[in-house]
Amino acid sequence: MKILVAVKRVVDFNVKVRVKADGSGVDTANLKMSMNPFDEIGVEEAVRLREAGLATEVVAVSCGVPQCQETQRTALAMGADRAILVQAEGELQPLAVAKILKAIFDREQPQLVILGKQAIDDDSNQTGQMLAALAGVGQATFASKLVLADGWAQVTREVDGGLATVAVKLPAVVTTDLRLNEPRYVTLPNIMKAKKKPLETLTPKDLAVDVGARLQTLRTVEPAQRKAGIRVPDVATLVRKLRDEAKVIS
Amino acid sequence: MAVLVIAEHDNRRLRPSTLNVVTAASRMAGDVHVLVAGADCAEVARQAAQVTGVSKVLLADAPHMAEELAECVSEQVVALARAYSHVVAAATSFGKDVLPRAAARHDCAPVSDIVAVESPDTFARPIYAGNAIATVRCGEPIKFVTVRPTAFDAAPAQGGNAPVETVAVAADPGLSRFVSREGAKLDRPELQGARVVVSGGRGLGSAENFKLLEKVADRLNAALGASRAAVDAGYAPNDWQVGQTGKIVAPQLYLAVGISGAIQHLAGMKDSKVIVAINKDPEAPIFQIADYGLVADLFEALPQLLQELG
Repeated sequence: MKILVAVKRVVDFNVKVRVKADGSGVDTANLKMSMNPFDEIGVEEAVRLREAGLATEVVAVSCGVPQCQETQRTALAMGADRAILVQAEGELQPLAVAKILKAIFDREQPQLVILGKQAIDDDSNQTGQMLAALAGVGQATFASKLVLADGWAQVTREVDGGLATVAVKLPAVVTTDLRLNEPRYVTLPNIMKAKKKPLETLTPKDLAVDVGARLQTLRTVEPAQRKAGIRVPDVATLVRKLRDEAKVIS
Repeated sequence: MAVLVIAEHDNRRLRPSTLNVVTAASRMAGDVHVLVAGADCAEVARQAAQVTGVSKVLLADAPHMAEELAECVSEQVVALARAYSHVVAAATSFGKDVLPRAAARHDCAPVSDIVAVESPDTFARPIYAGNAIATVRCGEPIKFVTVRPTAFDAAPAQGGNAPVETVAVAADPGLSRFVSREGAKLDRPELQGARVVVSGGRGLGSAENFKLLEKVADRLNAALGASRAAVDAGYAPNDWQVGQTGKIVAPQLYLAVGISGAIQHLAGMKDSKVIVAINKDPEAPIFQIADYGLVADLFEALPQLLQELG
């Protein structure tokens, strides 16, 4: 059984981005880039399934600029067997990425596709659901546990107010939540090995996918800043302020 | 043209977030219709019909709609969407699951988690954990949008009298089935709709110590929250997590106890009306956004707080 994992290159989660002064977007020049943390969890889950003998091959797919290869090498060092980069310049919106992944899905015929539930740059939380729709398969989003058996994936999902477990028929799309696993650190020998693993480069044109933008960002601004309030000396003052000044408790 | 709001419910009660979505929807087009897809959920349709601003309720009632399966609910939305200019749901685990699936079937790019409606096709949404707000224009023939409930006031639950129309139920595509649900205890308000949230961080030190917070939450009729650090340390369950990758809350009062204030946490609570921080570290970043800051050892402050609250 083959597993496809989607891997996005994003601004590292420890970096605080700045809005460009002219409101045209977020300044990402020269920032540290990393694999989207939820995708890292996806790669880890796929590799563990292969190590457990439940999968035979893990293919990491990325869409975007040539530098995405660095992120893919990380996926390969974590244990993915090969990588496909669909190279495109400019902004790729989630629907375009879902269409690219659908084309790769048709080509590779995986039984399972694992994506992060959201990318920490645009915070859209859409691509997995849209890929599942386009491929006509089931989806299990926000997974915290994944068990494969008898042509189905049983997935425990993090939902508002608790956990919900669903079974989806394979092939299926699963998106990861934080508690699914803890991704391994890549070791130097594995980084060296990853350099020899195959990495294929395609273009959206090769896949006959239109990646034109559907949404237009008119401007990007800093959020309204909250000002620091006051320090209170003790609990009694705090409670009095909340009662009489803020009027939020009785 | 009208807006179709996908109601969120448990087959008995309409979830409060749907009321906030109705408010956002009414800023997109004049007519607001609500889809109630579920099983034995006529009572929910009746509640939706009473919401001020709703002009029609569509009821899709069938056993396979019982458990909010995205494959089933989105199929229903796909069948109805063409008659609407907008299809809108709350940016909750349900809405985020269902809406993009339906949008892709119509070849429309959805817009996630909006916090403002500037015009029927232009919306503001946070990106990069709320460190930037993007204003996005969507030219799609049907605009599929999820709405951050805390960014919009709730529409009054009463005052409306919309007709309820039963619609043909979309068939179960047979791709998924419900297995089980582990519910959180409902003796407390839900985190996202609560008026008061009491949240704990790694400073609590143990799951046992979170019980101190529970007492304060009981007294304030508050929901309980936690930072990711506290969840990762095993002090609190994951569905309490407030932040970029957890829940976004904006209560009247947010009480942060032993939380230092990482940007990922602030992304989930900085729109609260009043923020109180109790932390022994005077340099903790949480104090930069707190309306009232108390530098104190929480193990001394919490018992005092209980006493003062009476």
